[in-house]
Amino acid sequence: MTPAGSLLAAHDLRKTYGSTPALDGASFSVHPGEVVAVMGPSGSGKSTLLHCLAGIITPDSGTITYDGRKLSAMSDAERSALRRSDFGFVFQFGQLVPELTCVENVALPLRLNGTRRKDAERTARTWMERLEVEDIASKRPGEVSGGQGQRVAVARALAGSPKVIFADEPTGALDSLNGERVMQLLTEAARSANVAVVLVTHEARVAAYSDRDVTVRDGRARDLEHAA
Amino acid sequence: MTLLDEKRTPAPAPSPARPSRAAPWLRDLALGIRFAAAGGREGWTRTLLTAVGVGLGVTLLFLAASVPHALDARTARENARSETQISENPDAQAKKSDTTVLRIAAETEYHDRTILGHLMRAEGTHPVLPPGIDALPAAGEMVVSPALKDLLNDPGNALLRERFPYKVTGTIADAGLRSPNELLYYAGSDTLTPAAGGHRVTGYGDPGPTPPLAPLLVVLVIMVCVVLLAPVAIFIATAVRFGGDRRDRRLAALRLVGTDIRSTRRIAAGEALFGSALGVLIGLVLFLVGRQFVSYIEVWDISAFPADLAPDLRLCLLIAVAVPLTAVLVTLSAMRSVVIEPLGVVRNSRSRKRRLWWRLLLPLAGLGVLAVNGQSGEYEVVNPYTITTGAVLVLVGLALLLPWLVEASVGRLRGGPVPWQLATRRLQLSSGTASRAVSGVTVAVAGAVAVQMLFAAMNADFNKATGQDTSRAQFYASSEQVSGNAAVETIKEFRATKGVTQVIGMIEAYASKPGKYSEDDIQPTTSFSIGDCATLREVARIDSCKDGDTFVVHPRDDKDMSGWMDKTARKGKEIEFESGTGRKLRWTLPADARTVVGRKDPVGEDRWGIMVTPGAIDATTLPGASTVSQIRIDDSVPDAAEYVRNTAARIDPGMRLVTMTSVERDRQYASVQTGLQVGATVTLLLIAASMLVSQLEQLRERKRLLSVLVAFGTRRTTLAWSVLWQTALPVVIGLAVAVAGGLALGAALCWMVGKQVTDWLMFLPLAGAGGALILLVTLLSLPPLWRMMRPDGLRSE
Amino acid sequence: MSIGHTLLGLLESGPRHGYDLKRTFDEKFGHDRPLHYGQVYSTMSRLLKNGLVEVDGVESGGGPERKRYAITDAGITDVATWLAQPEKPEPYLQSTLYTKVVLAMLTGRNAGDVLDAQRSEHLRLMRILTDRKRRGDLADQLICDHALFHLEADLRWLELTAARLGQLQKVVTA
Repeated sequence: MTPAGSLLAAHDLRKTYGSTPALDGASFSVHPGEVVAVMGPSGSGKSTLLHCLAGIITPDSGTITYDGRKLSAMSDAERSALRRSDFGFVFQFGQLVPELTCVENVALPLRLNGTRRKDAERTARTWMERLEVEDIASKRPGEVSGGQGQRVAVARALAGSPKVIFADEPTGALDSLNGERVMQLLTEAARSANVAVVLVTHEARVAAYSDRDVTVRDGRARDLEHAA
Repeated sequence: MTLLDEKRTPAPAPSPARPSRAAPWLRDLALGIRFAAAGGREGWTRTLLTAVGVGLGVTLLFLAASVPHALDARTARENARSETQISENPDAQAKKSDTTVLRIAAETEYHDRTILGHLMRAEGTHPVLPPGIDALPAAGEMVVSPALKDLLNDPGNALLRERFPYKVTGTIADAGLRSPNELLYYAGSDTLTPAAGGHRVTGYGDPGPTPPLAPLLVVLVIMVCVVLLAPVAIFIATAVRFGGDRRDRRLAALRLVGTDIRSTRRIAAGEALFGSALGVLIGLVLFLVGRQFVSYIEVWDISAFPADLAPDLRLCLLIAVAVPLTAVLVTLSAMRSVVIEPLGVVRNSRSRKRRLWWRLLLPLAGLGVLAVNGQSGEYEVVNPYTITTGAVLVLVGLALLLPWLVEASVGRLRGGPVPWQLATRRLQLSSGTASRAVSGVTVAVAGAVAVQMLFAAMNADFNKATGQDTSRAQFYASSEQVSGNAAVETIKEFRATKGVTQVIGMIEAYASKPGKYSEDDIQPTTSFSIGDCATLREVARIDSCKDGDTFVVHPRDDKDMSGWMDKTARKGKEIEFESGTGRKLRWTLPADARTVVGRKDPVGEDRWGIMVTPGAIDATTLPGASTVSQIRIDDSVPDAAEYVRNTAARIDPGMRLVTMTSVERDRQYASVQTGLQVGATVTLLLIAASMLVSQLEQLRERKRLLSVLVAFGTRRTTLAWSVLWQTALPVVIGLAVAVAGGLALGAALCWMVGKQVTDWLMFLPLAGAGGALILLVTLLSLPPLWRMMRPDGLRSE
Repeated sequence: MSIGHTLLGLLESGPRHGYDLKRTFDEKFGHDRPLHYGQVYSTMSRLLKNGLVEVDGVESGGGPERKRYAITDAGITDVATWLAQPEKPEPYLQSTLYTKVVLAMLTGRNAGDVLDAQRSEHLRLMRILTDRKRRGDLADQLICDHALFHLEADLRWLELTAARLGQLQKVVTA
């Protein structure tokens, strides 16, 4: 059921919103340090799959295993705690808290996890350097460009030293050049820190930064690894 | 709102000819009105929000506008039922006639509520009637107010029914009542005589002018109005801005299709005009509907008849014109800090830092005006206009000072826990909305603090300290029914009453030295008490006593008083008694009267004077005598006070029973304070409503961000705390400003009227109310916050 | 595009005459370029030689000789292998891919699998190019990007086709 050595695996997920099925028997797995692209047309259930895998929503049926633990059996508080400690997130837009400075945004996951402010902001700055946005540390998100903002978001996702980063159309609001740069920095940083990335995208050139790809169609994930 | 939605209401084609400069104005205003009225669901939501907010404010304005009439109507009814004065002399008695009525006030209390009432006895066949009743009740019957009827019918009030051994034969109509909830009765009697305290009434309706309010009271009333109406104005101004962010975005879409900046402003003004005009209508409807229920509403014992709430027509017109005009002006000024570009909205709030100096000018100018006005004595005519101007300047100045202070103090905050950081950063970015709402709180609280301080200082005069120590006797009963053994009977009755621990009762009168006295001389007078030997032993050190004995009782350790007493109490010489109506009686103090020393009586008071046993004098003939008792009860016995009152009513329905609370409050002042409390509560609720609306608006704008934060694993409590801080910070700063400013203003006002500040801590309840406001707003925004913290917000792409 | 595999695939639904094969081929795939008879016969003889088809019967009289061909088990396997094997990503791939998709439908196979296999192959190449781009200098990057954009365009076509498989199925089996 669960592919050997996988960090996060889902089996036969089903999820219905109202009467429309979003997931209809989807399976998925990702290994430590692996970048997996989840592709598919819009409305195919990509984002729903990502939200289920990240424990943001619970599937109607099916199992999700993370690091030997059943995510599907956890309480909301336990899943929240897991998201704080082990997961990182990058979304398409609107994810930075507009009133916090960039460095405070990056430090936010650490602080939510109980790290002291000074330490959290120091760690945040090193990640911002990695993503080449250290110069905008004390600016507010409204004052930086889209590409910079997205890199700040990537830095934030990495700052909490997660095991898995969930990236939902991380380049969706960017032009090709900025998008490529964000993807390059994200995948390089993730690989060097041995962080797995679940990358939801409908763009092939973004998916090309992955190690492997999974297609979701009509709520079913065609994971070649699973088929094998 | 997207551009596509806008297309449903296409802009009218520009007219080829422009006849006048007013035309574009009218066209844009009309367009704005059309947006407000037909702008799709979202446009409607915004319009409704504004209209309801303005409507609430307008309701209060109408309410305020009808207060003068309500008070007039109340006073008029009160005058109409008070007895017609036949002479300046209060002791003058009218002549008995076919229409005269004897009556005695028979006021009582029941569970902290006062029940007014009279025993009435017609002296002829055509008795005059007080308003509200058709006929005098016969003996053993009574007519009651509807509220008293309800109270009597309540099964839990058996004790009250026992006090009124009369048959209820009718109810008193509204015309005879001060307010709908008034407890009033008229009971018939066939035994009442002038000697037993009955007062002859020749007619009702006091044509004399009501005494004008004391000048200080005028100041208080004006201050109360300012304190209550300023926040309402601020609330209306805030309500006009509801949903402003989205409106701006919509206007940006209009700019994209070619509208110029001036037009967008006019369109926005049109929207505001429509919303506020609708608000005035809603306010009118709310007022008219709410008025029907006003008699059921009773706040701090105050209530009114629906018909009393008739707003002054001129004030109504003023409201109807001023409110929409204010709405337009507020909108136009709010849009000055916003540049609406075709592709979006640019806020230039950051570029303009708030300046302090001109904000300080106003409150300082206010204090200056007060200082120039100077001190005035209590009975001097106060110039209410300077005081009001000064006070209003100070209060408005405080409201202006607040945004600067919030910005300045929040700007310095760094770090702290995550919720605190989120809240402070948010306030740093845009503190204007919060400050505006809170400035309403500031004006209300500062004004209320100042007024309360002034009130407390003046209260020191008006609260007549009665001096009675309630740890001794809680009741003082006096009856003008006097007979030889009345005192003994009264004591016996009261002693047998449940919950009574101590009673002392005697027949009391005043004795003086006969003779003629010039204006400057004081006629020597001392008290004269009749009690049996047992009673006398309790109030004086008497060893032997039999009926017929007489004593001169000197106070303990008070030579002066003893000397003064002996000027009247000359043994073997005459003393004189005189009643209020001038009836005189002379009586010789027996030469064998013994001189003894007084002692503390059982209820804890020192006694002295001439004391005699019932056999020494015929009490029934004694002018100005009354049966007086003092009663101590065991507070732990439930309803002990009610049993005492019942006993008193049984002995003599006309018995005056006074509850010895430490202070007796002047009625006028009590109503000013009541008004202040009612108003401050309503105002704070109003401000809570506007803060809640902006809070919810802000949460809805950030639905997506909230979902992202949930994805991160942010705890609900973290966000709840940040919402709390975000409300609490400006409110706390606002309250601090309000308390400081209010104390300063209050101290200044006290100084002006030459009073000492008696209580510096009067702001505590209001500060507490502010705290409750923070909690209320936070609690009410939590359910929507929970709802928005679901991951649905992530699915918007 | 492989005419041999296409004709083999058409035979899977039942034995047919050469003339039949040509007509069906033209209907489904020929469009503006119909097949020559000669092409059919030469292809069939190659398939016969390789043992992928056999002659089911011969009808004679009143005209040219008409052979009926039937697919062998080896032939069926050959078609399956061909369908499963993604094409090497290159320009103007769509005619081959289209043929494969239609053939998969005609033979009751899953056409989506064909597209998915091809998508994977495209992505594999894109990954290699992306990797090369990451390591290379600007010139490498620009060259790789050119190829990447072309591959991306193909992929979009694949996506679009995948989304329209249901529609296509109706047309093909009509």
